[in-house]
Amino acid sequence: MDKGKQEAVLSGYRILDLTNDKGHYCSKVLADLGADVIKIEPPGGDPSRNIGPFYRDIPDPEKSLYWWAYNTSKRGITLNLESDQGKDIFRRLVKNADAVVESSPPGYMDRLGLGYTALSEINPDIVVTSITPFGQTGPYKDWKADDLVGWAMAGQAYVTGDDDRPPCQISFPHGYLVTGSHAASGTLAALYYRECSGEGQHVDVSMQEAVLWTTLLLVQFWDIMKINLFRAGSRRSMGTALFRLAFPCKDGHVGFLVAGGQLASITMPPLIKWMAEEGMLGAFEDKKDWEARDWIEKVDAMALTQETVDAWENSLLNFFATKTKTEIYEKAREKSMIIYPVSTTKDLAENVQLKTRDFYVGVEHPELGETITYMGSPYKMTVDSWSIRRRAPLIGEHNKEIYDGELGLSQADMRLLKEAGVI
Amino acid sequence: MAKQRIFEGLKIADFTWLGVGPIAMKFMAEMGATVIHIESHTRPDICRVSPPYKDWQPGINRSAFFAVYNDSKYGITLNLRMPQAQEVAKRIINNWADVVADAHLPGVMESWGLDYETLKKEKPDLIHVATALQGKTGPYGKMPGHGMVGVSLCGFTQLTGWPDREPTVPFGALTDFLTFPHMVTALIAALLYRKKTGKGQYIEISQLECSAQYLAPPIMDYMINGRILTRMGNRSPHAAPHAVYRCRGEGEKWCAIVVSNEEEWDNFCRAIGNPEWSRDTRFATFQARKENEEELDLLVEEWTTEHSPEEVMRLLQEAGVAAGMVESGEDLVADPQLNHRGTHVILEHPEIGQHIYQPPPYRFSKTPHELTMPAPCLGQHNEYVLKEILGMSDDEVADLLIAGALE
Repeated sequence: MDKGKQEAVLSGYRILDLTNDKGHYCSKVLADLGADVIKIEPPGGDPSRNIGPFYRDIPDPEKSLYWWAYNTSKRGITLNLESDQGKDIFRRLVKNADAVVESSPPGYMDRLGLGYTALSEINPDIVVTSITPFGQTGPYKDWKADDLVGWAMAGQAYVTGDDDRPPCQISFPHGYLVTGSHAASGTLAALYYRECSGEGQHVDVSMQEAVLWTTLLLVQFWDIMKINLFRAGSRRSMGTALFRLAFPCKDGHVGFLVAGGQLASITMPPLIKWMAEEGMLGAFEDKKDWEARDWIEKVDAMALTQETVDAWENSLLNFFATKTKTEIYEKAREKSMIIYPVSTTKDLAENVQLKTRDFYVGVEHPELGETITYMGSPYKMTVDSWSIRRRAPLIGEHNKEIYDGELGLSQADMRLLKEAGVI
Repeated sequence: MAKQRIFEGLKIADFTWLGVGPIAMKFMAEMGATVIHIESHTRPDICRVSPPYKDWQPGINRSAFFAVYNDSKYGITLNLRMPQAQEVAKRIINNWADVVADAHLPGVMESWGLDYETLKKEKPDLIHVATALQGKTGPYGKMPGHGMVGVSLCGFTQLTGWPDREPTVPFGALTDFLTFPHMVTALIAALLYRKKTGKGQYIEISQLECSAQYLAPPIMDYMINGRILTRMGNRSPHAAPHAVYRCRGEGEKWCAIVVSNEEEWDNFCRAIGNPEWSRDTRFATFQARKENEEELDLLVEEWTTEHSPEEVMRLLQEAGVAAGMVESGEDLVADPQLNHRGTHVILEHPEIGQHIYQPPPYRFSKTPHELTMPAPCLGQHNEYVLKEILGMSDDEVADLLIAGALE
């Protein structure tokens, strides 16, 4: 592999990024793969710069870890799209762009005269990707949705949380992040079509649908079994008995599912052997000689009674309570069992697998005189083109480079635009 | 008239199973690629033998779990432990495919002679995309796994639930669903690169590494500030009210409400009829509302319990406040917005009958996706693929059948 010699897979593509926190991740994905992404913020900076946590807990729009994490490899300019001069400048930028990514409410770009139809008149093969809560059309198109609302309206809330308390979220929600991830796919697919046909188009991404794609079959369980799957803490029913998915251990929890059939056949024989060695067989006394095929042939997860599952899980609870997360995980690795630790963010930062695969990468922050550790690539490609090319842009950091260097605006022009609140 | 679809002419040999690979390749199929999904009777996809089953009757072709992740593909069976079957797989790849996708543990594709290093000798422009829970290398790369425990390994379980209780495992194989869009993205990026340069490549995807992207700020918060994020129920540092409130009606009737700024707070108060308490100084500013959030939630719930979730959602949305009812599977099927968008596509499956599939969450204005056929029954397209696509004779197919290579 000629690392460093090859050009990045998306080098040569220019993408104008008008998104706020609903779309940062989409353009980050494209930027880290080599596209030239220009983040366009309103003068003063995007409000999502105020999302914490912050570097050394200093609440400063240039120190938001949220902003940093999801705006890597982009350049940044400020531009007021609501002013006539700002629109003119944007139109000039569109002429040389391959795609525009935006996350404003449906109709807003059209009202500015900058919707897909207007932009395609300036640049006929432009791709425009729009990220919204519910999509560009339909009865809910003008409705608002933060992550929690999307979590509710895509069905996730219904199945998450303890049954005696309200439906529950994940405390670092990712509705718009997973939407951004899909929006990156949609944008690239449209660019691929453009390479084949010379035609651009509009890509309409819905957060409700993206989050629906994270729910496991809620629609299908209703559709063909007329079951509404429901929340039951860490226990799960798939139209079956309730199965536990997390077990407390000495210093935390581990993730494991007993089930039956093929899944059980992988983990249960070595796990029962381990329990036997420690004299803690419990309810598995009669299964200590079972092999993988016994679990496939004799145990149907659909047919297990709650009583049986509870008895097995009680024995497992007793056993896991005597072990630490690390002891269990290391044994799982040794014996190829499907048992995993319930990781904290600290565990992830220190995760041996991530470190061995050189996942985490350092990124220079010249303004701080420091190298900060970032998430590395979500994919390893032999045309090794993923990299964080630069830390997220400061407010208006590349105004001069773009406005002067590319558009040829004079110092005097730029001063006037600045005074008029355009840049 | 509809244009051709985006990936028409692109050919994918899909050796994946479970969630990530099948869904990613199904999206490619719906966007126009021709996909041959390769399975085996000797080791059926766990999704084929897991519910939901049509009419509660288990059966290898009766689970919507497998079906909705594999529509629009041709399905064949090969017992790849047999050299004759490996030859068929190589013929599919060398004579036909542009892309190979796999989700096997490290060493498995190698043992069949179907690993990238071997395949690229015959086909240098091949794109091979592989996915595994923790990647195919590293000390934990060989561990088997799936998303229902991946969600714990990758940090989401610890962050879900109530601060005074044990963590709650988020529903389903969450990490599969956070990963597969990355697989689609990486594959299309590689296709664009191949179009430009003629070069193929190998792409390897780790669920752990994809999932970490979604927790980047809290992981960096630990690295920089030493803070370990903990679960906080439905609270948010950025909004109040920010919770799921009980509504009027039997059973599980809930609505999520998020008030993010002062304008929305004013709108919220107006929508609920400006009750006396809403003008109280304890709730006058964001900071005050955060300080008195427990009390605030009780007062909000007094109002929500007088209305159905649909009413709460409509009244607040019409006033400019983010609110959404907590939808069950049944509600999702009836959801007017999803139905407007064509999110639920009904196909007629030979054994399941008419049932609901879902397309990608993006719509193309000129090249709409198409769900061309329901998921294949196990081995449904053996004859079509072997004869029509690979051009084998009846005798050749019969030999494979007798040898057990099509098990």
